[in-house]
Amino acid sequence: MPENSTRPPAEQEQPPPLNLMATLVRLGAIGLFSLFVTAAFAFTGGWLTPNRLTPVRVVDGFERVNGEHPGFRRNHAKGLCIAGVFESNGQGLRFSKAGVFDMGQVPVVGRFALAAGQPYLEDSPQAVRSMALRFLLSDGEEWRTGMNDIPVFPVSTPEAFYEQLIASQPDLTTGKPDPAMMQDFLARHPETVRALGLIKNRPVSSSFANDTFNSLDAFFFVNKDGNAVPVRWSMVPSLPFEAAAEPASPDKNYLFEDVIARVGQQPLEWHLVATIGQPGDPTNDATIAWPEDRQRIDLGTLVIDHVEGEDTGRCRDVNFDPLVLPDGIEPSDDPLLSARSAAYSRSFTRRAGEAKPPSAVITPPLSKGA
Amino acid sequence: MVLAMLFIGVGMVASLEDYHWLLTIHRPLGVAILVLAAIRLINRLFNPVPPLPGHMPAWQRLAAKSSHVLLYALMFVQPLVGWAMLSAARYPVVLWGALLLPPILRHDPMRYAELRELHTVLAFLFFAVFLSHMAAALMHALIYRDGVFESMAPWRAATLPPTPSRKGRG
Repeated sequence: MPENSTRPPAEQEQPPPLNLMATLVRLGAIGLFSLFVTAAFAFTGGWLTPNRLTPVRVVDGFERVNGEHPGFRRNHAKGLCIAGVFESNGQGLRFSKAGVFDMGQVPVVGRFALAAGQPYLEDSPQAVRSMALRFLLSDGEEWRTGMNDIPVFPVSTPEAFYEQLIASQPDLTTGKPDPAMMQDFLARHPETVRALGLIKNRPVSSSFANDTFNSLDAFFFVNKDGNAVPVRWSMVPSLPFEAAAEPASPDKNYLFEDVIARVGQQPLEWHLVATIGQPGDPTNDATIAWPEDRQRIDLGTLVIDHVEGEDTGRCRDVNFDPLVLPDGIEPSDDPLLSARSAAYSRSFTRRAGEAKPPSAVITPPLSKGA
Repeated sequence: MVLAMLFIGVGMVASLEDYHWLLTIHRPLGVAILVLAAIRLINRLFNPVPPLPGHMPAWQRLAAKSSHVLLYALMFVQPLVGWAMLSAARYPVVLWGALLLPPILRHDPMRYAELRELHTVLAFLFFAVFLSHMAAALMHALIYRDGVFESMAPWRAATLPPTPSRKGRG
């Protein structure tokens, strides 16, 4: 930084000296202004509003309710890695310009899990199951999606989600949630009562392999002409539905062992089915199912031909953030989407920095390398 | 721009419903700062900065110099740490639409966790350096009144007649 080439600015005319009072007032103004900027920064960061619901509080809530399980996802903790391909039939291109819908194959890695925060939970027919997928597009883009095998989501806002989570916290003395807290929550949330009714009455399948998984949240498909349509998607199994019986084997991982055995024999298939919403169908409320007669389009086939335990598989260290989307799929105004993205990110950041205990579900390391 | 970025950063990690749109701005803005920092540095290497007044005490000169060095370093390092941490976590580094940056680190969650922590620490350092820089500039403007503030300001060219060696300073 050469300093000799220009004339020192304003050197020749020194301003008249300030008296003490003026100096103090000016110093005070500088101090106040600095304080103001700092306070605005602290407010934005949430440090002045400890009651604000933040991603940290949501993830802390999971740890309170489920106990601390370092190294594991704070929700959907027990899982199994899966891999295969998505064979697009080209039907999606009418609605979305996303490269995943070009005719052809896209590699997929993913994960089956139980939608609960305990990594060693026993499998049961009642446990909600999830399928998370990562479509690896050829241009480096990705589509990540997490789907559950329930017809609607129990809550419509992040605040209600957190309230319900805390209401389900087991009491220290009884080991069970306080029914009064849950009743109080339900009294204030009729949409949750309705949704739980649909969830409880859903047909429960006998296996991950014959289960249907739903996006629940709405998105928009945007095609190359810029037209956007609201959409929800599902993975519908090729295998016929078979109702769950009580666990046939005492194995606490029987659901996972079942799907490992099935994939060992032959690949499993699902159809990616998009439900196209009509004007007026709610996109910001995952507790409400869209009418049955909405257009449903088969966009292609998911073929899962590899399964592998999380300890060696390729799914454990991935955040299945539902807002990692390719160009051509956009978030809707559903407030749960951004909240899921934020909370998953916080959970991922925590577990990424923690030592990884062994997964409940273990497979012999596969030479195929799922 | 840097200050807006710091506010977006602390705001987005503390919010649920605003997280996504803030993140959508945060990534391309970070890359823009990296590019502009490079342009700024190149410009500064070719164009001299206005000198500090001759009567300024040595400690103030040192503070001014070192805060400039820190600000420049942070303008480069902070976006690079952000890019690297997303790479280590295997998030696609989307700028907008289908335009992505390639990963610059291999997939390593522990490395991600370290860089993510560093990104936060550097953000607070950035804010602290920015704040002291701002307070010092105001000291020059209101207390010392020695022309340093005027030499920093974008309207400087209008009040001081430009000389050939001073034109186009960034």
